[in-house]
Amino acid sequence: MVVRVIADPRKNRRVAMVAATGALTMLGLGYASVPLYRLFCQVTGYGGTTQRADALTASGVKIAGKAITVRFDANVAQTLPWEFKPEQIKQDLRLGERKIATYRARNLSGRTITGTAMFNVSPEQAGKYFNKIQCFCFTEQKLLAGADVRMPVIYYVDPAILDDPSAKNIEEITLSYTFTETAESAAAALEKPIALSMEKPLDPARVRR
Amino acid sequence: MATIPANEGFDAHDHAHDHDHDHKPGFFARWFMSTNHKDIGTLYLIFAIFAGIIGGAVSGMMRAELAYPGIQYLGYFAELLGTANPSFDEQLHLWNVLITAHGLIMVFFMVMPAIIGGFGNWFVPLMIGAPDMAFPRMNNVSFWLTFVGFCSLMFSAFMPGGTGQGAGTGWTVYAPLSTSGSVGPAVDFAIFSLHLSGAGSILGAVNFITTIFNMRAPGMTLHKMPLFVWSVLVTAFLLLLALPVLAAAITMLLTDRNFGTTFFDPAGGGDPVLYQHLFWFFGHPEVYIMILPGFGIISQIISTFSKKPVFGYLGMAYAMVAIGVVGFIVWAHHMYTTGLDVNTKMYFTAATMVIAVPTGIKIFSWIATMWGGSLEFKSPMVWAMGFIFLFTVGGVTGVVLANGGIDDNLHDTYYVVAHFHYVLSLGAVFSLFAGFFYWFPKMSGRMHSEFLSHLQFWVFFVGVNLIFFPMHFLGVQGMPRRYPDYAEAFAHWNWVASIGYVIMAASIAIFFINMAYAYLAGKKAPANYWGEGATTLEWTLSSPPPFHQFETLPVIDDAAHAH
Repeated sequence: MVVRVIADPRKNRRVAMVAATGALTMLGLGYASVPLYRLFCQVTGYGGTTQRADALTASGVKIAGKAITVRFDANVAQTLPWEFKPEQIKQDLRLGERKIATYRARNLSGRTITGTAMFNVSPEQAGKYFNKIQCFCFTEQKLLAGADVRMPVIYYVDPAILDDPSAKNIEEITLSYTFTETAESAAAALEKPIALSMEKPLDPARVRR
Repeated sequence: MATIPANEGFDAHDHAHDHDHDHKPGFFARWFMSTNHKDIGTLYLIFAIFAGIIGGAVSGMMRAELAYPGIQYLGYFAELLGTANPSFDEQLHLWNVLITAHGLIMVFFMVMPAIIGGFGNWFVPLMIGAPDMAFPRMNNVSFWLTFVGFCSLMFSAFMPGGTGQGAGTGWTVYAPLSTSGSVGPAVDFAIFSLHLSGAGSILGAVNFITTIFNMRAPGMTLHKMPLFVWSVLVTAFLLLLALPVLAAAITMLLTDRNFGTTFFDPAGGGDPVLYQHLFWFFGHPEVYIMILPGFGIISQIISTFSKKPVFGYLGMAYAMVAIGVVGFIVWAHHMYTTGLDVNTKMYFTAATMVIAVPTGIKIFSWIATMWGGSLEFKSPMVWAMGFIFLFTVGGVTGVVLANGGIDDNLHDTYYVVAHFHYVLSLGAVFSLFAGFFYWFPKMSGRMHSEFLSHLQFWVFFVGVNLIFFPMHFLGVQGMPRRYPDYAEAFAHWNWVASIGYVIMAASIAIFFINMAYAYLAGKKAPANYWGEGATTLEWTLSSPPPFHQFETLPVIDDAAHAH
């Protein structure tokens, strides 16, 4: 006698569906991790992500006695023909005190370029306490050919830093920016040269890259 | 308990079958369109041996280059692979391609296919008394996806990959090296290879979970399942939850490379460190995926040759569950040097060390199983005991590396290479050979030579220890991973490691002589050639088992094993 034993296919399908749903959920979580990670960095200052404060919040911050030094660093992406420098090497300030620092950017190329600045602070633990009230990094910066602009950043260091055991001994914070060209701007540059080349030769700075 | 006295309490298989019972399809239909779990298991094993030879040959090229300081053979190898007059950079790029290929092949196309696809497919249905896997056709799809994935990886070696031919990203495929750092289709093909084999493994995991939950023979409750089945069940869950995260991460790599997204590009608001988080969220469970079925195999073997049930069966089963669960929350110990703050490091250090507890339970239970047992040193037992010893060595260096502070110093040195080869090349691979010699006569119907497999054990044992033990010294002295050249001070132990490679290669030759012996002159294997200690269901079937087994389900009788 042959008794073919076949497991109930409906039951099998149900288990398989549950398992597949688990896999799909993890796939979804993989993608969800992108915005979650950004949120996590913004909230915790992970990786030296700085905080953003409005003027009203800033005016409520008490000035504490301790002084701290902020150093300024500027970089441009290899493919961006800009000159970008801080106008001061460092500033000394007290915790909670508002300061303005300026950077200077010059477009060395013969075309209009839009750039955005990535930023963080070092040591990374200070990110949570480094507040910017106003910054050129909040928006895209559009520089016409040859333009030379000064760009301000208004900031303060939250005195709450003194309550954080892993950050309270920080005496110097480096604020760093790196400018890169936006994708739209780079795409526009790729379309234009044909039209431009009829009027004038290509800018050597662009040909080099 | 999982162990069932042979021929007692259940009906082995239907003896009154009709004459078509063992009818096998023709060659093409049988091997290319296979839906039979044993045939698919065999395909996986053959594939894994083939991939293992390629992956092993790649490590041979690496050990040749590393035998002496300076660059000796890379140019020659590059020409061999089709780059005429390779520049120095192209030679160095080939090194990156070699380490990438070695890692990916050994992880995805040797260990995983052999231990899950091969032994899992062969013995999970047999051990739980099921006629086949729950979805036999999906099983076939799993295998061929893995196979095509391997082809994709092989193709990538002959495509432009930026600096030279092939994908030179490391098995971790970190951005930005894998995105803006590697122009050309090689990396795309390597990533696609991971997609394919990952999809194959996820389908396989669904299949195993369904089979184990739904198709156990009457009376075989979860708490009576053999530990190998438990290990595959836990592994299947790890695959199911970890691989989709890798799939998401590498799909983001692909779109970053080809479609202008900036998931991992800071210029567009992304972060390359996010890739590392995603990769290691997959990558850490992945190392348990490679070793857990090995734990299961070792448990069966130690019990068989001690002629005792495994000590602390439930503890052993739930230790694997615990390892699987905790394995998901320790990933950042691979990333101690990415700027984690001290509290995060503290958490990941502590969580990582917690894993040593269930692992310790397993080691002690294996030893306790042997304690007072009627030990028999047949070849699988010798490999299994080698596993316990060497895996413990790798576990100890793992506890060292778990410390965030120490890791700052040892990160990306040869100490790490020594550690993970002790748990994988000496852990997982010893369990593979142990399982192979345990079950080879069952699968083939022919006895291998016990002498040759003992000989292979000793030669392999000496070889791999000569390769990897000196790497601890090199690492502590500061030799970094992933470079084809090194300071003269590291020359001595590198030379020793390369000698070790030659000895290891000789042991693989013994393995193939043993296989040839088995097929040419091996005695016919009886149903239960290991005797009274072998008590799981596969030993109630002939060797090899009939093409279709358990058409009448065996009934596991509680009274029969009331020990």
